[in-house]
Amino acid sequence: MDATILGFLLLDGLQNGVVYGLLALSLVLVFAVTRVILVPIGELLMFAPLSLVWLLEGKLPGTLWLALALGLAWALLSRGRGALLPLLGTAGLGLLFLLARGVPPLAYPAVVLLVVYLGVATYRVFFQPMREATVLAFLIMAVGLHVAYMGLGLVFFGPEQFRPEPLLRGEVVVGLSWQGVLVLLFALLAVLGLYLFFRLSLFGKALLAAAENRLGARLSGIPPEEAGMVAFGIASLLAGLSGLLLAPLINAAYFMGFMLGLKGFVAAILGGLSSYPMALLGALLVGFFESFTSFYASAYKEALVFLLLVPALFYQSLRARAVEE
Amino acid sequence: MRYLWFLLLLLPLLLSPFPYYLTLLNFFALSAMVALSLLVLTGLAGMTSFAQAAFMGMGAYATALLTVKAGFSPWLGLLAGLGLSLLLALVLGGLTVRLKGHFLPLSTIAWQVALYILAGNLVGLTGGHTGMTDLPPLVLLGLPLDTGFRYALFSLLLLAFLILALDNLRHSRLGRALLALRGDALAAASFGVDPARLRLQAFLLSGAIAGLAGFLYAHFLRFVNPTPFSLEASIKYLVMAVAGGVGSIPGVLLGAAFFTGLEDWLKDLLPLLLGRQGNYETIGYGLILALILILAPRGLWPLLERRLPRRERGLPRAEPLPLQAPAGPRGEVVLAVEGLRKAFGGLLAVAGVSFALRRGEILALIGPNGAGKTTTFNLITGAISPDGGRVVLLGREITGLPPHRVHALGLGRTFQHPHLFPELSVLENAALGTHLGTRAGFFQVLLGLHRKEEARALATAYRALKRVGLEGLALERAERLSVGQQRLLEIARLLASGATVLLLDEPAAGLRAGEKRELAHLLRSLAREGYTVLIVDHDMDLIMGLADRVVVMNYGEKIAEGTPKEVQKDPLVRAAYLGEEAA
Repeated sequence: MDATILGFLLLDGLQNGVVYGLLALSLVLVFAVTRVILVPIGELLMFAPLSLVWLLEGKLPGTLWLALALGLAWALLSRGRGALLPLLGTAGLGLLFLLARGVPPLAYPAVVLLVVYLGVATYRVFFQPMREATVLAFLIMAVGLHVAYMGLGLVFFGPEQFRPEPLLRGEVVVGLSWQGVLVLLFALLAVLGLYLFFRLSLFGKALLAAAENRLGARLSGIPPEEAGMVAFGIASLLAGLSGLLLAPLINAAYFMGFMLGLKGFVAAILGGLSSYPMALLGALLVGFFESFTSFYASAYKEALVFLLLVPALFYQSLRARAVEE
Repeated sequence: MRYLWFLLLLLPLLLSPFPYYLTLLNFFALSAMVALSLLVLTGLAGMTSFAQAAFMGMGAYATALLTVKAGFSPWLGLLAGLGLSLLLALVLGGLTVRLKGHFLPLSTIAWQVALYILAGNLVGLTGGHTGMTDLPPLVLLGLPLDTGFRYALFSLLLLAFLILALDNLRHSRLGRALLALRGDALAAASFGVDPARLRLQAFLLSGAIAGLAGFLYAHFLRFVNPTPFSLEASIKYLVMAVAGGVGSIPGVLLGAAFFTGLEDWLKDLLPLLLGRQGNYETIGYGLILALILILAPRGLWPLLERRLPRRERGLPRAEPLPLQAPAGPRGEVVLAVEGLRKAFGGLLAVAGVSFALRRGEILALIGPNGAGKTTTFNLITGAISPDGGRVVLLGREITGLPPHRVHALGLGRTFQHPHLFPELSVLENAALGTHLGTRAGFFQVLLGLHRKEEARALATAYRALKRVGLEGLALERAERLSVGQQRLLEIARLLASGATVLLLDEPAAGLRAGEKRELAHLLRSLAREGYTVLIVDHDMDLIMGLADRVVVMNYGEKIAEGTPKEVQKDPLVRAAYLGEEAA
């Protein structure tokens, strides 16, 4: 291996690593606030670029119908005045999509909104009715939704891979495209934005409080349902944007999100599912590890990533006390 | 009654004219086995796995490799398959059973995906996605199992044996301990259950069952490829178990039967509806799972079961286990606490507390809220480890030992909020106490060799219930007890365990006046018999009338010790309780 290849691998690892990092941050946030392990985050990520491809060709993507269906279910579940938000959201989303067909400046925000709406509606329709279920029940639900959404992705978009047009063309240097730079910049901004949101804004602090102690947060006037919806919203926003930026580099297909999501999990587990900085570092490690294993053993790179779990779990096992109250 | 499950063997006879249904019947038997492996894991142990199909794959590929590539007997393949499944379970479980509950299922997703990729890519070994063909048929007593009819008889026979074995497990000390662990790990550990070890054993058993199903699957189709061992397949089995009701054997079988039929139907129907080819049935699985988790989280079987007549298990009549009666000279120090210290961050919760507990006495630990009483309790019983100091029980240092080890040395505790298992009967709750007094291991239990011991364990629990006056409620579910009765049940559980040093954390909280008098009466008579009681409570009337000696704590320190009369006069104590200036 020479310096050029090393440079390639490092850049590739960094570019993938930051995306895993954003997914890992989203997973840790959602888990902290709602105790849900958001397995379908990969599907949400892929829905964004796939819907975009459909919209730019002037077609309405199937994900819109999914969003409308979930919106109606949400409205039925909340009744009364609470039903206003999902109904307005559903109507607005439908209208936006009708207008955005074939209009790139509208199509991008439209699909991001779609994914955020899907994320929030998923929480409201599937997870919130389970209320104080165990982490295990939430996890089973999340995995069920993952297979359902992935199956729907196949119905909506077919088995082919798509490569949306990049936002920026050309390469900065060989091996690093401008689109890649955009991914890195976005990741940096997103991490900075999250940091400021949680450090400075009252809402961010309330969310952290809800994550720390649900009952305490409720007693001080922070409804856990709202905190859950915001957490899901932030997670799907990050996933949708990452998907849009990443798809021109790695293609998009209905089945590809799951692997991205899983690597986000590996990263989040490296951080013990609780530490944000460790999850981010873990994600970079996953990215680098993956790009080097794909160089040496490309057929097995997807399997080898999970080997990283072994030392991480072993370390955490050593520190754990087996009895939890 | 239990042997009625062997009636399953009549099904192949009924369906023998329909080869297609015989195939479905075989698939049902295999799915049911995998779903039962989840009953062990999710229904009993409160964990779950998304890698059951990978365990099946271990069993299937092991036998395929040995029989096709090396020409060995399938039965050797079975041994290898079980060995491989156990090894995988040992690695996965060993890494995660000590961690919080969600790490195990998350890791199983990752490993399931990784193994699937390996099976598809290690072409030289596994034949890649085309797989391996021409596995030999199983031969039993010279009879080849090469027709759907014979194979169905064989697989249903194994299924019936598996059902009996798991029924044995459920009604045994290990089944009880697993259920207890799922409900409340700390309470289970306080009665000698080693949580990590038991969880690992359950995971191993569940992996082996799935491996067996994989072996049977391979020799039924006589062909293996990676598809049936994918994550989607694992999820399918989980859906079966959860939809039917993962807490009970009939529920799991119901789920397996329903989904085996449904899958067959959906595979024909969905492509017609959606007009394209693909694995559309997964959409159905996902959505059905979601609906069931929301509408009937415990599955369909409990809804049906309510309409069936209930069968009561009778009261135990066997000879109770011989428990060690409290012995030794009265007044001898049984528990010595020396300079115990624990800080939570900057808060010094317990700051160097020392006292001694003497045999046959009732010692009360009192103090205002936040004085560090419960923390002291948790330090003694091993629920948390101290930063400094020593705890000596009956001459042996127990500082920092985990709760299940401390309990084994003769110390038992109750909890500030009763830690009972609401879905178990009162009798079974009390029987958890006998966990350490009984011996049966997994093999004995699965083979049903534990029956005598189990009957004696239940009899011991029943005797303890009589001792506290709860025998009339023995067969009720524990959730129907009043708070006072729950506290008595916790004491009965202690007595059934044979512990002679009893630590009671606020046993009178929430009790009515009459119940308090009964409790005091019970504790006094226990002390007369030689039991030693350390009690934490707020109720001064109770404590002052009951305790032989009192230790008073405030701000993590011991501020007084003596007879109730002495401490009542103590100026420091009066200051702590009444806010009087210390004179």
